[in-house]
Amino acid sequence: MRASFVFGEVATGLRRNVTMTVAMILTTAISLGLLGSGLLVVRTIDRMQQDYYQRVETVVYLSADLSANDTGCTSSTCSALRGQLESTPGVQSVIFESRQAAFARFQRIFQGQPELLQLARPEALPASLRVQLSDPARFPSIAKAFTGKPGVDRVTDQGEYLRQLFRALNGLRNATFVIALIQALAALLLISNTIQLSAFTRRTEVGVMRLTGASRWYTQLPFLLEAVVAGVVGAVLAVVGLVVGKVAFVDRVLAGVFEAAIVPRLGYGDIFSVAPILLLVGAAVAALTGYLTLRLYVRT
Amino acid sequence: MIRLHHVSKSYRTSTRPALDDVTVDVEKGEFAFLIGPSGSGKSTFLRLLLREEVPTAGDVYVAEWNVGKLPQRRIPQLRQRVGCVFQDFRLLPNKTVTENVAFALEVIGKPRRTIRKVVPEVLELVGLEGKSDRMPNELSGGEQQRVAIARAFVNRPLVLLADEPTGNLDPDISQEIMVLLERINRTGTTVLMATHDHAIVDSMRRRVVELNLGQVVRDEARGVYGVGR
Ligand SMILES: Nc1ncnc2c1ncn2[C@@H]1O[C@H](COP(=O)(O)OP(=O)(O)OP(=O)(O)O)[C@@H](O)[C@H]1O
Ligand SMILES: [Mg+2]
Repeated sequence: MRASFVFGEVATGLRRNVTMTVAMILTTAISLGLLGSGLLVVRTIDRMQQDYYQRVETVVYLSADLSANDTGCTSSTCSALRGQLESTPGVQSVIFESRQAAFARFQRIFQGQPELLQLARPEALPASLRVQLSDPARFPSIAKAFTGKPGVDRVTDQGEYLRQLFRALNGLRNATFVIALIQALAALLLISNTIQLSAFTRRTEVGVMRLTGASRWYTQLPFLLEAVVAGVVGAVLAVVGLVVGKVAFVDRVLAGVFEAAIVPRLGYGDIFSVAPILLLVGAAVAALTGYLTLRLYVRT
Repeated sequence: MIRLHHVSKSYRTSTRPALDDVTVDVEKGEFAFLIGPSGSGKSTFLRLLLREEVPTAGDVYVAEWNVGKLPQRRIPQLRQRVGCVFQDFRLLPNKTVTENVAFALEVIGKPRRTIRKVVPEVLELVGLEGKSDRMPNELSGGEQQRVAIARAFVNRPLVLLADEPTGNLDPDISQEIMVLLERINRTGTTVLMATHDHAIVDSMRRRVVELNLGQVVRDEARGVYGVGR
């Protein structure tokens, strides 16, 4: 196979159908750009989830008796509780906070409000076992298992409102994916159409090739490569679009949100880690679409 | 070289078979006309030889190939050894004469060195050496058909099939094309030509195979187009 010949054919084909080529590349770019945005949203949500859940604790407050007498979780009741918690699946870490430590933290938090500090005494604060869960969804079963155990006052969770937030965000993530998928389908059909058109505009060439005994690959490789070029160029444009979108839109509109660390900042690293995926998806989907189109619609 | 053995071909969309129990032998190096009224099956005959169609019954042989039973991936090998030209030339409008002829070799992966050597040779054979850089739309019909013949012949096929190659040309030009086809035939290439052209068939006095409604009704060694026409 002579590469120069095949590439010459690809270039001619792309040039001859310049408007179609541009349309195919742009649609591919838009679809891949959306796919990329979808992936970035997914990443952001995942990272937010990690961030937030890392900050959220399940707290097992200990009884007044333990709070008063156990300063290092050395009593058999406390250490048994801690042991049970640590061996519960889904528990990442358990930290004991004594009444004194709780009071110190209270003082730190409210250091700006001396009147509050004056009212407070350590005796008012319970000691606690602060539990970090690897999977926040496990909270209900832990609450059920530990509420009412000897030495336990009550079990609380700061995560309930977050769970609701993320249920909503996950819905958003899924919707983004669905849109990206629908867009991908649109790009796919357009590529298929363009190849059919390209095969039609070059039917004389293809006819001559067939009758002179060119192999199937020789006849069809130019079409396949045209599709792949469109996929790859589309992906590159999509990445450029994502960068532009980040600089011109995301960074400006969400500046405050990033500042407050409510949403993790979107970095160039994120975009460039999505880029290879887009390139691969673009090239592979284009090639596959091209191959199937040729099989189904173009005679050999 | 070409052998049809009790070959029938029915197209799915038509009720009458396009070819009906046809048995014909064409020897290596022969020149034969395939004649008959419109719709008698001449083009179908040629398309079977190129494996553009498969026979409904019977066997088609070209050289050592059983064409109807050739596996897909070996079809290119057959077509590389069987050249063909048509009434409508089928040149690539955006390539020069040289490029059109070279195209046939490029697409079967011939080395560039070979192409540079044999393309001018074949253009000289068809009498177009002075017009190698013209585009097809700068050539007369007869010249365009010469390019098509050069392209079909440049890879030195065993067989040259021609489907009404003079159908679009006036009588004088047609005669020139026949001279060219004879020249090609003299190199040892078997030539099979489907035609309606009485004058040509009568003047050449070559073998004539006449089809009517898909059946062979006449096969003469040195025939004319037909009595009483
Ligand atoms: N692709 C096809 N599908 C269905 N029927 C076909 C097809 N090609 C040819 N036929 C039919 O087969 C018969 C023979 O056609 P063919 O083209 O072989 O005739 P022909 O002798 O070449 O005619 P002409 O001199 O007009 O070129 C005709 O009745 C035609 O209608
Ligand atoms: Mg015909």
